[in-house]
Amino acid sequence: MSNFGFTIKKTRSFNLSQADLRMANRLLEEVPSYRKCIGCGGCAATCSARQFTDFDIRKVHNTFRRGQYDKLADELRKCMLCGKCTLVCPRGVNLRSLIINMRQLLTPSNETF
Amino acid sequence: MANFHPFVVPFVLGTIGLFVICGYKYVRWIKQFDRKQQALIRKNMFSTKILPAIWEMFCECLLHLRISKKNWRLGYMHRSIAFGWFLLIVVGAIESRIGIKGPFHFWCAIFYRFFHHNIPANGTEMFFTQLMDLILLYVLSGIFLAMLKKIHSRILGMKRTTKHTIMDTTVKISLWAIFPLRLLSESVTARLYANGGFLTQSIGDLFSRPVAEFLELPLWSLYSIALCVFFLMMPFTRYMHIFTEVFLIYFRKLGLRDSVKMTGYTKYELSACSRCGMCIDRCPLYNTLDINDVQSVYLLRNLRNLEHHQDILAAGKNCLMCHQCAEDCPVNIDLMSIRRISRDKGDTDMADNYRYLDPVKGFNAIGRVAYFGGCMTQLTPTISESMKTIFDAAGVKYWHLDGDRAICCGRPLMQQGFNKQAADLRRKITELIGSCNATALVTSCPICYNTFKHEYNLTIPVYHHTEYIDSLIKSGKLSVKQSDTTFTFHDPCDLGRGCGIYDQPRAVLKAVGQLKKVSAEKENSVCCGMNLGNTVLSLEQQTKLRDASLKVLTEPNPDVVVTACPMCKKAFRHGTEVNVKDIAEVVAEEIKK
Repeated sequence: MSNFGFTIKKTRSFNLSQADLRMANRLLEEVPSYRKCIGCGGCAATCSARQFTDFDIRKVHNTFRRGQYDKLADELRKCMLCGKCTLVCPRGVNLRSLIINMRQLLTPSNETF
Repeated sequence: MANFHPFVVPFVLGTIGLFVICGYKYVRWIKQFDRKQQALIRKNMFSTKILPAIWEMFCECLLHLRISKKNWRLGYMHRSIAFGWFLLIVVGAIESRIGIKGPFHFWCAIFYRFFHHNIPANGTEMFFTQLMDLILLYVLSGIFLAMLKKIHSRILGMKRTTKHTIMDTTVKISLWAIFPLRLLSESVTARLYANGGFLTQSIGDLFSRPVAEFLELPLWSLYSIALCVFFLMMPFTRYMHIFTEVFLIYFRKLGLRDSVKMTGYTKYELSACSRCGMCIDRCPLYNTLDINDVQSVYLLRNLRNLEHHQDILAAGKNCLMCHQCAEDCPVNIDLMSIRRISRDKGDTDMADNYRYLDPVKGFNAIGRVAYFGGCMTQLTPTISESMKTIFDAAGVKYWHLDGDRAICCGRPLMQQGFNKQAADLRRKITELIGSCNATALVTSCPICYNTFKHEYNLTIPVYHHTEYIDSLIKSGKLSVKQSDTTFTFHDPCDLGRGCGIYDQPRAVLKAVGQLKKVSAEKENSVCCGMNLGNTVLSLEQQTKLRDASLKVLTEPNPDVVVTACPMCKKAFRHGTEVNVKDIAEVVAEEIKK
């Protein structure tokens, strides 16, 4: 088969009514601008980390929103927080804040204060 | 017991309490210094660095020259209270040493007139009596201004004063009471014994003798109690800055700086804050968005008391880190570092997160200049293209380090308190730059520039492109023609206040066109609102900040608003009809072919 430089993702299915959306809802409270996301993927397209590795910020926040939190903590550590995603977002989603909040929800840090 | 009266007891207790509490606190904080800070103290404790430290203590703690430079009325107010009180103590001590008969106790200096009833006998005594009255008048003028400032702060050139806690207000009232009480008690005694100077004698003569006799003891007692209240509350309130600033100046001169964590040095800084509120006046969040509870003065207060944890976190987050307050702080507290300390996320994320950067290998760039555009320049490719045009025109061999793949310099992580991860990134970039053997590093992004300059230990010189273009023009390598286009220049926060680069961009712009002055420039330039330091502002709020900044920049009707930061350029571009360009683009257009 010819290599076109991309692959078709395996179909995934899960039951949204059984998903644990508590953290996802917390995230929407903390970053209200995320409600405006249309999932265009502009953030992932410009991502600095993606230029080096297969980190996909759109996939990360989309999966988070659906309550599928497995492995996201490790994935999020690849982000360098440079903020290009926030600048390109056509809907004005504060992605840096979104990422920091996802990190905090997944691995609560021992903040000094 | 001679030269003693029960009314001095509150004063004596207050003084002893003050020194015990302050001494305990200072020793505890010194124990909390980290290793590096302790080593610096041991190394420099008795070096010649003490002399400039003493000079700065005199200029700042007593004369308040830095405040005076920014606002002379405020400077006069602080100087009259601090230096005046200092003189009252010193001159009073000398005067009482000369005049007191019998055993001398330290309270005799403070309550001298009460214990020394003789009419000034000779010239020396007369001189001291009049001098003490003059100094008292000087202090009172400062207290009067302080009261005026509370009623209407604009008289003293401040938009608003700090909202103080009840403790702070109580201790302030006791401070304000001390000097009028001293005046009244000395006046009453002067009425009875005719031992006053021009001020106390004339006020004392207004009283009738029985009234004076009746008031004398209560007034002296009140004076003593006011001193006691002030001294005992001082270590727990903002007036702790009076002594702490002295120590802070000493430690700073020894070379101590903030670490990424809270250390004893930070505790000294927190207590050296007098809560004067000068950080509020020019904060863009206050001026444009009316947010008035996140400014450094409030953050420092909450950090010092270590209460209101949620407030600390919330106030810590909501800051542009535009360096304006750090620029305005009369005590030169490193407010940006403290802001970062308040955001410290701890060490939970210890793993090396950026393993994917490992295969990044530099390219052999011997004899070339490494050009680091930075992440944001990837989104404004005209800037990097213009830089390449300039490099080519000047005959400089360059290597675009992050042309297709950009590594972040680590500043955004650092600003959000992910210090461990930021250090990881710094290590990767240092390796990358070290492996390429370039002669110098030129960056287009002030954010990266500030980081390279202050957080990295690179072996090659680092330039921001404004500096580099300026040196190219001055050395004659790059010849540009001067056009009639008029410019206004926006000083990016990290380049101006962050690194002190103000003259180079102006020199460049004057070489290629006509530069117009704007009302708030250089260290007062208004942040574009997009600073990476803030993650909680909404898009609407950022837009308001941008408009406030643009209002200043477009006021003189320039043809082009010029900036030197890809972030500012992005922010301004859609906010105005006027053309917005980076300084590199402007220069690239005016190169002589």
